Amino acid sequence: MSIITRHELLLFEALREGLEEEMERDPRVYVMGEDVGHYGGSYKVTKGLATKFGDLRVLDTPIAENSFTGMGIGAAMTGLRPIVEGMNMGFLLLAFNQISNNCGMLHYTSGGQFTIPIVIRGPGGVGRQLGAEHSQRLESYFQSIPGIQMVACSTPYNAKGLMKAAIRSENPVILFEHVLLYNLKERIPDEDYICNLEEAEMVRPGEHVTILTYSRMRYHVMQAAKTLVNKGYDPEVIDIRSLKPFDLYTIGNSVKKTHRVLIVEECMRTGGIGASLIAAITENFNDYLDAPIMCLSSQDVPTPYAGTLEEWTVVQPAQIVAAVEQLCQ
Amino acid sequence: MCAQMYYRGKMFGFVHLYNGQEAVSTGFIKLLKQQDSVVSTYRDHVHALSKGVPARAVMSELFGKTTGCCRGQGGSMHMFSREHNLLGGFAFIGEGIPVATGAAFTSKYKREVLKEADCDHVTLAFFGDGTCNNGQFFECLNMAALWKLPIVFVVENNLWAIGMSHLRATSDPQIYKKGPAFGMPGIHVDGMDVLKVREVAKEAIGRARRGEGPTLVECETYRFRGHSLADPDELRDPAEKAHYAARDPITALKKYLIENSLASEADLKAIDKKIDEVVEDAVEFADESPVPSQSQLLENVFADPKGFGIGPDGRYRCEDPKFTEGTAHV
Repeated sequence: MSIITRHELLLFEALREGLEEEMERDPRVYVMGEDVGHYGGSYKVTKGLATKFGDLRVLDTPIAENSFTGMGIGAAMTGLRPIVEGMNMGFLLLAFNQISNNCGMLHYTSGGQFTIPIVIRGPGGVGRQLGAEHSQRLESYFQSIPGIQMVACSTPYNAKGLMKAAIRSENPVILFEHVLLYNLKERIPDEDYICNLEEAEMVRPGEHVTILTYSRMRYHVMQAAKTLVNKGYDPEVIDIRSLKPFDLYTIGNSVKKTHRVLIVEECMRTGGIGASLIAAITENFNDYLDAPIMCLSSQDVPTPYAGTLEEWTVVQPAQIVAAVEQLCQ
Repeated sequence: MCAQMYYRGKMFGFVHLYNGQEAVSTGFIKLLKQQDSVVSTYRDHVHALSKGVPARAVMSELFGKTTGCCRGQGGSMHMFSREHNLLGGFAFIGEGIPVATGAAFTSKYKREVLKEADCDHVTLAFFGDGTCNNGQFFECLNMAALWKLPIVFVVENNLWAIGMSHLRATSDPQIYKKGPAFGMPGIHVDGMDVLKVREVAKEAIGRARRGEGPTLVECETYRFRGHSLADPDELRDPAEKAHYAARDPITALKKYLIENSLASEADLKAIDKKIDEVVEDAVEFADESPVPSQSQLLENVFADPKGFGIGPDGRYRCEDPKFTEGTAHV
């Protein structure tokens, strides 16, 4: 058994490490977006890469999201492997035309002739009082686009592993990061590794209830888990990571074991990832459920600026504890 | 012929014909190499044919057959050919221009980053006057000039965006003048004269190939039919239609060839006959071709079918036989 040597870094550094390794490995891999080059990225994910790889491989673009995303798609169709950064994922609403029509469907409409090995990535989620527009969770909008995969990273380890996997995928992949997770610290292996895009991650095995979550909510769930354990509960916590497609194997096995499901997400309730998860679980594992699936989401509310109001739009650990207690009566 | 087939119920949906604008397609595309790329719009049949896509493949796609250039999955507004570097018909106004800009970026990237010194591929983006008021047009003019990309923006100004006259939609209707505003030459040309178009095209494509950057070419042309086969075409003034009909580019070229004894009536008749045969053959081929079976439904959704995810049994769902039958619930 070889000794795994590790090094400690922050999540945004892990993203950069994965990106850098893939750029070294394949000269067709390049980055484009607003302030990704000289500025080093709004959250420093691409800091230093422009000096190392040059201004064409780390392309600072004008502020024209729909067009530079479409440019990335055209480049992907003709042999390159672009990584398009949304400075904030919310900005990519402007690029919805390109992401939906060309990223998602063009492989199909072309009869399979053209592939779009593109990664679209960037920070989303509710931050520290960023206001309604900069606090959006676009995964619920993008999830109904056919032909696209979506993953959400939550730790330095899976951030690097998912970045590498997304870049190597022949499918268009949207990689969701979170504004408040960039400075998470972790010791990750020195040796090369890659995560599986389609797999969920078992965070904490347990028997009593399955808690499905992703991105930042994983940490609220784990905070709640401490309280729950002290109260004698044994929650199983799964970070679904793959928002589309769902890992029905890991989720299913957990449901068959615990028979109770709680979903904790940052999406707004209507049409969120949670709503799709409920549908998938009900369709596939309804017989194993002893109680209706519970889902804690943000309300359908534009994220308020005021801190006290903002906090109430994000599921808090205490709510998770209460939900589990109710679910496990 | 397409119109006949449409009215006979052989093809459906939105079909936009190109009659009247042939000088632009031929004038530009016949100067290209196979590796050069063309990006079109929903009015793409003739762009596809000009770039080399066989008539059988185009007609079969219109008939929704497996022998179509996109296996019947794209249809009239989504003609693609990897072999001929037709990077697509695009149904939404303006959404093809960024894709074309990206293809031009690849050419520059290959030369400068991947050190493929002889890579001088050029991309042509075709679109209409209506598109020239869309954001993607302006955004791409800026980026193409900024990075000196090998692209030519070819505006087929046929004066109408369905029922909206260009003059009612555009503050400054002289589109070519917008080129210099973004740092590239802007040229206006008579889009009903293939030789004039060809001359302008040669210069613009040459510029791009030499790495001197993009050009905006506005071809004033006209569509002899409605916007699509479903358009009653009641708004356009008959006098305007007659004016441009009198300048039919094909008739004009025929006259030029005969007057300059470059071809005889007999030669041209022979060509007409050959073309009729090609079209008849294409229709026959398309008619006899098989329709896609249900098993084709789920093909090409993902380049890597692992994208369908892992199923309850732990195997990738795409390994489920229902996928090959096209009956799996996705």
